[in-house]
Amino acid sequence: MSKLTLKTEGDTHVIVTRRFAAPPEAVYRAHTDPKLIQKWLLGPEGWTMPVCINEAKAGGKFRYEWTNGKGAGFHITGEFVELQPYSRIVHIERMHLPDPTPDNHIETRFDADGTGTLMTMRMTLPDGKTRAAMLATGMERGMEASYVRLEGMV
Amino acid sequence: MDGVKFCLTINTYLYKLYVMYDLDAAFSALADPTRRAILSRLAKGEATVNELAEPFEMTQPAISQHLKVLEDAGLIVRRVEGTKRPRRLAKAGIEAMDQWLAILRKALEKNYDRLDHVLAAMERQEKGKTR
Repeated sequence: MSKLTLKTEGDTHVIVTRRFAAPPEAVYRAHTDPKLIQKWLLGPEGWTMPVCINEAKAGGKFRYEWTNGKGAGFHITGEFVELQPYSRIVHIERMHLPDPTPDNHIETRFDADGTGTLMTMRMTLPDGKTRAAMLATGMERGMEASYVRLEGMV
Repeated sequence: MDGVKFCLTINTYLYKLYVMYDLDAAFSALADPTRRAILSRLAKGEATVNELAEPFEMTQPAISQHLKVLEDAGLIVRRVEGTKRPRRLAKAGIEAMDQWLAILRKALEKNYDRLDHVLAAMERQEKGKTR
């Protein structure tokens, strides 16, 4: 059973929700402490995040760099707009592939849910076309994951 | 080698899904409130252009233009019935979008499964401190 939901809303939004057993404070910390982020925000099997710079304060910048250890990699840069410990993060991010993608404006909420947390991430893209392109980029990444696994088996 | 074959099958499948259903066009087609309203009307069953135009303050040519976008994106199909051309949802196109969202969900789920482990380790550490 998957605890995650992913859906499009309106012209320009993508909404992701996920429940966690841990309280909001812990989930918030895992989203803002570079040492913790590097342990889970990794994408496909075999990828690592050697660079994780994260100034978790309003106006602070962040930069995440991923590599598969075989020459392939990409990075994301962004700025924090607003942080309310331990309930809400608003930030703007873009992927560099290597050209920067249009800005993705993301609000992440951490709401107490029993003894755990309900996380709701609301992404806002500049227009419908950009959202379509972003979803298509995710498709490529999904395929990449399959190829990486294939390499592992050969 | 069976594992390799399985992965190749998945990749071929993903590629087919991408090309056959032109998901770029499908998601772009959905980026319009009128077209989404047309789809939710068609989810209830087949309808003619006149029936589709009725709830909107739009001319028939304007509605036809929206129907063309949806048709080109593989989300609806038309049938010939005398002089009428009733439209209905294209099951395959709608299912392809659902499947694609499911694939994305899976990729994201992987990160959050790892986060579950990180959170469990944080909790164990906290407990260790208070002891």
